Amino acid sequence: MNRSRGYIIQGIFVLVGVLFALRLFSLQVLDESYKAAADNNIIQEEIEYPFRGLIYDRNGKLLVANKPMFDLMVVPSQVFIKDTLKFCDLIGIERNEFNEKIKKARKYSLVKASPFLKQLSLEDLAKIEDYLDEYPGFILQPRTTRSYTYPIMANALGYISEISPQELDKDTANYYHSGDYIGKSGIESEYEIYLRGQRGKKFKIRNVRGVEKGEFKDGEFDTLAVPGLSVTSTIDRELQQYAEKLMNGKSGSIVAIEPSTGEILTIVSSPSYDPNLLTGQKFSANFRSISQDTLKPLFNRPLMAAYRPGSIFKIVQSLVALQEGVITPDTKFKCNTNLIGCHNGASHPFGTSEKLVGAIKNSCNPYFYQVMRRMVVQDVDESPYLDAKIGLDKWNGYVQKFGFGSPLGIDLPGEKGGMIPDAAYYDRAYQGREWKFSNIYSIAIGEGENLVVPIQMANFVATVANRGYYYTPHLIKSIGDSGKPLPQYSEKHHTGVDSAYFEIAVEAMSQVVKSGTGQYRAKLQDIEVCGKTGTVQNDPNPDHSVFIAFAPRNNPKIAVSVYVENAGQGARAAAAISGLLIEKYIKRDSARLYFEPYVLKGDFE
Amino acid sequence: MRRGDGIVDRIDWLTVALYGLLVLAGLLNIYAAIYDIDNPAPFFSLSHNAGKQMIFIGVAVVLAISILAVDYKVYDTLSYPLWALFVFLLIVVLFVAREVNGAKSWIEFGSFRFQPSEFTKFATALAVAKYISRPNFKIARLKDAAILALLIGVPALLIIVQGDMGTALVFSVFILVLFREGMSPIPLILGVSAAVIFLLALLVQNHFYFWIPVAAISGIAIFFNRKSVKRMVLILAAGILVIGMFESVGYAFENFLKPHQQNRILVLLNPNADPLGAGWNVTQSKIAIGSGGLTGKGYLNGTQTKFDFVPEQSTDFIFCTIGEEQGWLGSMILIVLFMALLLRVTQLAERQKWRFARVYGYSVASILFFHFAINIGMTIGLFPVIGIPLPFFSYGGSSLISFTIMLFILIGLDANRMQMLAH
Ligand SMILES: [Zn+2]
Repeated sequence: MNRSRGYIIQGIFVLVGVLFALRLFSLQVLDESYKAAADNNIIQEEIEYPFRGLIYDRNGKLLVANKPMFDLMVVPSQVFIKDTLKFCDLIGIERNEFNEKIKKARKYSLVKASPFLKQLSLEDLAKIEDYLDEYPGFILQPRTTRSYTYPIMANALGYISEISPQELDKDTANYYHSGDYIGKSGIESEYEIYLRGQRGKKFKIRNVRGVEKGEFKDGEFDTLAVPGLSVTSTIDRELQQYAEKLMNGKSGSIVAIEPSTGEILTIVSSPSYDPNLLTGQKFSANFRSISQDTLKPLFNRPLMAAYRPGSIFKIVQSLVALQEGVITPDTKFKCNTNLIGCHNGASHPFGTSEKLVGAIKNSCNPYFYQVMRRMVVQDVDESPYLDAKIGLDKWNGYVQKFGFGSPLGIDLPGEKGGMIPDAAYYDRAYQGREWKFSNIYSIAIGEGENLVVPIQMANFVATVANRGYYYTPHLIKSIGDSGKPLPQYSEKHHTGVDSAYFEIAVEAMSQVVKSGTGQYRAKLQDIEVCGKTGTVQNDPNPDHSVFIAFAPRNNPKIAVSVYVENAGQGARAAAAISGLLIEKYIKRDSARLYFEPYVLKGDFE
Repeated sequence: MRRGDGIVDRIDWLTVALYGLLVLAGLLNIYAAIYDIDNPAPFFSLSHNAGKQMIFIGVAVVLAISILAVDYKVYDTLSYPLWALFVFLLIVVLFVAREVNGAKSWIEFGSFRFQPSEFTKFATALAVAKYISRPNFKIARLKDAAILALLIGVPALLIIVQGDMGTALVFSVFILVLFREGMSPIPLILGVSAAVIFLLALLVQNHFYFWIPVAAISGIAIFFNRKSVKRMVLILAAGILVIGMFESVGYAFENFLKPHQQNRILVLLNPNADPLGAGWNVTQSKIAIGSGGLTGKGYLNGTQTKFDFVPEQSTDFIFCTIGEEQGWLGSMILIVLFMALLLRVTQLAERQKWRFARVYGYSVASILFFHFAINIGMTIGLFPVIGIPLPFFSYGGSSLISFTIMLFILIGLDANRMQMLAH
């Protein structure tokens, strides 16, 4: 019986063989549609490039559009030119350049099309289109490039260019082909999968001379290109343009956020470049000069530049200490400059005792030295070393919840996290030697090892404006017609600090602008601005000027952080710019913009 | 030694000849697959797959001769240790392998790399043969069935974990071997029916078109068996089971298969559903083969296979090159060669007196058959694209060498079949 099963198995083998023979007969002999082979035709695929999604500002103004252009492709085996010089004239290249390009194309393939001249504009096309029929072997491949309506926010928008071999390697889904464009930075890169759309494909039958003989199987296998999704940015184009104007000639960054949503109204990295430079035929040359510029216009400062936060960090310290219960709003400390220096002036002489609000208003360093000591040294352990570790880590936990110390997760590539030290950090830094509060006190006033990036400062002031929570800052508020940002941007993050304590911080920040020393440049008629200066030491170079602010005090509409490098006191450049932006955003055309000439002049000493 | 009694005289030269023809034809076609009219590479060069394949062939020939020289009894002794070794290597691979095409199956030592999963096939065949040839083996006994299931299932599962579903599926072909050795045909029939239901579940959009015939057939069957309550209940249960399977396939399909696997199956059913994605391979491969016509375009004259339209040209899709350049007639020669080899191997298996050798022979035939059927089936759009090589033909050292070892162990066993009587 088992022997007969051997025959059944052999029967199965033969059955499959016969099945294959029949199937192949139908595929190879009966089915005429594959018979392109009879006259030695080639079935070629032609790519139809999709229309890349557009980028709009929050008011529906177009920021990034597409511009048609053409690649002139060549199939070397089909090329037949009677008068090469005439052809060179027509397309505007030299004879030796022509030889080089043909040689390169031949090296790639005799029979496959490769780009001969890339990125011809519509004007170029108009010149050559009518004559191209006389030159077999040359084909036009329509494509698009980007065009920027306004020469602004280059680093946030990013740019597209041809995919690199490394990126092709990483593309495990095999979507991309060599020669495709891909978003390289900014929104273009972060939202690549939404913007890019889907490539279409056409199968054409051509004879050996490249003449089209029709569609393969009547287009049964063809697919249409699907355009990419357009996205709506959170950016306010007018405010952005104004902010860039104010930052002209300065180094630094501005971030403005709508506190109630986390939407980024303005994001400036200065110096910058005109995004139109990185499109079209001049891409390579322009890219080289921009990337070699010593002012680093490609360095996206709001996300990548980590600075010491300076005095604005005193607001964070106040909130943390209040929540931990180591101080109350009425706690007084003496301005003891033996501990740490202070900006003693007429309103805040040596030895004054201030309550919390007064200490913030006068940015009293000794006050916050003592706040931090209470925070870190809580006498929970007999050893002062272990005690400091416990206290510091507790403090670190609070500060992290404000979004400091790690990237916020904004929708742009390259965001840095800054640095908020913890016990493990100092253990490493001291290489096993003991440390205690007296070794680390400079972090109390935002100096020392603290590092924050401007976007985190803006997020922090938005958190204060919200009295305790934030939405992760983001640049895209709607993908396609969804009307929604990516889901992670609709998620509320709480700091864990009571909103009552935030009211105290708000009161202090309001007084800073109303009557603090020299912060009057951020003060506005009819709008109650709450702010805090920072002047970040940068020896031996001039200090950085820092200001964070939000307004109006009740129901805030805008929160800004301004960082101007090497521009001296925060009360000058940064405060004035903050005031101008707030006024411009809230009052629009009726803004008085009193300090605009002062800022544009750019001399803050 | 008497004349006619040397190993050379006892070898089945027909099998060796078929093997040689397939390997040689494979090499020529690998060269055709990498041949570029713009810049033809010399045939003897290590810069391309055909040149490298020649080295693999050299290694394979040396191995084949050594296998014939070795005492045949060693395979019986080594079967379990070999199985254990390759299972161990499959586990090692999970930790050290680099991912290639979504699967982690390669072990690398410098520039030398190999795929243990290829070798696990014949090691498993040896282990299965060894176990079945135990004196009091009974397939119907639960313990014996369970141990066989472990011998086959453990390597298959490990290969699934590597992400190489195609190679893991090869192990399902042992069901043919077990069938030959007396296993009830019911699992085989059930397996085929399950596959049919599976395909129907994905093909039939409106479920009523499936429900109604099943209900009708069950109804008629119940009507003719209305005398026996037991049978009626059985038929009813079977009907419900079939519909249950049908309904759960969709669920399982969505939830257990990776998206690219789902795609491959969907594309088989409708290649135009995703002509750019998973359907791409099938469409291009069919264009290439279909354009070959009756007699083909001639050696090295293929166009579709020259323009990188067809992926994995010299490995999994090598058949396209034959189809395009040699046409239907050339394809027939290949199919006849494979048929001849499969039937010859089955005959060799049948003439073994020693059960170990017979079971092993059937394993070889079944594994070769599975590769042949799936590989060619996928290039002509009859099976989903699961990347497994065409034995002896596709480019690849691990595949060629492991198939060679597998076949020559059988040739060695067969050459010594008379000595085995003493066993
Ligand atoms: Zn003071």
